[in-house]
Amino acid sequence: MATVDSAVPLGEDPAPFHEKAPRRRDFLNIAAVATAGVGGVIAIVPLINQMNPSADVLALSTTEVDLSKIEAGSGIVTSFRKQPLFVRNLTPAEIAAADKVALSELRDPETLEQRTRGKKNWLITLGVCTHLGCIPQGIVASENRGQYGGYFCPCHGSQYDTAARIRKGPAPTNLAVPEYAFTTPTTVTVG
Amino acid sequence: MSFPWAKHYAPQNGFTKWIDERLPLPRLVYGAVGAGYPVPRNLNYFWNFGVLAGAALGIQIITGIVLAMHYAANGGVAFDSVEHIMRDVNAGWFLRYAHANGASMFFIVVYIHIFRGLYYGSYKAPREMIWLLGVTIFLLMMATAFMGYVLPWGQMSFWGAQVITGFFSAIPVVGETIRIWLLGGYAPDDAALNRFFSLHYLLPFVIAGVIIMHIWALHIPGSNNPTGVDVKGEQDTVPFHPYYTAKDGFGLGIFLLIFACLIFFAPNYLGHPDNYVPANPLQTPAHIVPEWYFWPFYAILRAFTVDFILPAKLWGVLAMFGSILLLFFLPWLDSSPVRSSNYRPVYRTFFWVLVADVLILGYCGGSPAEPVYVILSQICAAYYFAHFLIILPIIARTERPRPLPNSITEAVLAGKGGTSPMHTAVSGSPVPAE
Repeated sequence: MATVDSAVPLGEDPAPFHEKAPRRRDFLNIAAVATAGVGGVIAIVPLINQMNPSADVLALSTTEVDLSKIEAGSGIVTSFRKQPLFVRNLTPAEIAAADKVALSELRDPETLEQRTRGKKNWLITLGVCTHLGCIPQGIVASENRGQYGGYFCPCHGSQYDTAARIRKGPAPTNLAVPEYAFTTPTTVTVG
Repeated sequence: MSFPWAKHYAPQNGFTKWIDERLPLPRLVYGAVGAGYPVPRNLNYFWNFGVLAGAALGIQIITGIVLAMHYAANGGVAFDSVEHIMRDVNAGWFLRYAHANGASMFFIVVYIHIFRGLYYGSYKAPREMIWLLGVTIFLLMMATAFMGYVLPWGQMSFWGAQVITGFFSAIPVVGETIRIWLLGGYAPDDAALNRFFSLHYLLPFVIAGVIIMHIWALHIPGSNNPTGVDVKGEQDTVPFHPYYTAKDGFGLGIFLLIFACLIFFAPNYLGHPDNYVPANPLQTPAHIVPEWYFWPFYAILRAFTVDFILPAKLWGVLAMFGSILLLFFLPWLDSSPVRSSNYRPVYRTFFWVLVADVLILGYCGGSPAEPVYVILSQICAAYYFAHFLIILPIIARTERPRPLPNSITEAVLAGKGGTSPMHTAVSGSPVPAE
């Protein structure tokens, strides 16, 4: 703008160029640069959003599980959104053990009731340790279930109880319970 | 830039003169790494490691570019394409082993380079910017190395990606969203593999750019030296070429010799057998460990086992990142005006304690998460932070340094110029003042 001022030809009255601030030219300048700036920032949105899960990844977001072949006391590992899903049929003893624990003892207080969907023996959780994402052991009875009889993560020693609640070790929360519903008495749809 | 007595580039013939007037690139090289760059005359072999780090980056970029000609970043074929490189591609095994072990060599060299800086006070005024850029390069190297390790899509690749991106889920509220955004899915898969490959290809060039700034910042005050005393005049320096091109060349030969031994005789010594098992999202390896160069930081991460206001997991992640970010503040935590540890008896002791501390942390980080290692990690992690935040500032204020030589030349002529680290006024009587 100084260049515009100094561009006044010699001998001509510079007065019209000395409008009081803010001049119309200042307004135009700020408006133009601001518009371009907002446009530039908005152009970043697709660049960031492209990193979110794509449609085909999201399309794999439900899994059906047949419960009829899972006996009490055992469980299966299946896959939900490319992550392991633990489906466990709890024994009455395991249910009793989970119900006996006072909520005040828990790091992430939840009852077995809250962690299941109407049928307390069907415990369906992600098999992803909430510490750093390893797969805990214990879905099969022959594996190490830790001192609380649920799951044991070999990576950093997190221990979960029979309701897959965190009891000991570095994990901050219980094993996550995904959204699911019983479509028939022996089938659940997860996701 | 540089000292007043630096020799100026003089084109020798019509052709070089013609070039110099149009694009003075030979002039730039002459002034940066040629006879036109005066360097303290007493540098010891620890000053080789900057050049060696540059050489290691060059080797990584060259081998990496050719490996990318044969690699496919897709979950279905990535593992097989790496085996294809190992078995079918001409000299593929050599290129891949050179690239994998080249990363280890790069980190060995850079760790020595960092500890050289810590010992000789190279981070102090007027060289703070060099240090800050150096820590930035270190962070970029860690990101690059991590993403490179994911590419073979073996078990350790997959579970390493799972654990490292899991760090971000420790962030309250938005953590899980950030993790899913970083991975482009709920678990590492094609989306993650592709973006890691893209970034793994990009970041080395970013590192090269920051290295240019690192060297630019270095050439303003010039190199530090084993006495830590400023250059006072022309007698204190020698031209970079031929004196240090020769010395660095010798060091480079030794570096390549060790590198060759690793490639040809122990190419998998620093790797994990688990990574020759294809990635399996439904099975965790019994013992997940990162590559050796991350062990000290992994130990700090695992040292936090108890919730205290914040969850233990968040503490671990904060401490791990904090242990590196802390280095950005080092030039201001150590206020002692004496640079070289050779004249700082108390600091020198604690320097070696820190070296031992980091080595123990590394050992713990590579071990299973058993109680004895966890407790040892906790002690060493606490000491690591105490060194920088408590011990260093106290030493800087209370230590009585040995008398410094008046100049580099005086120290050199007294036989204590520091061509060998043992001969820099360590044990002998101090060089008399005046």
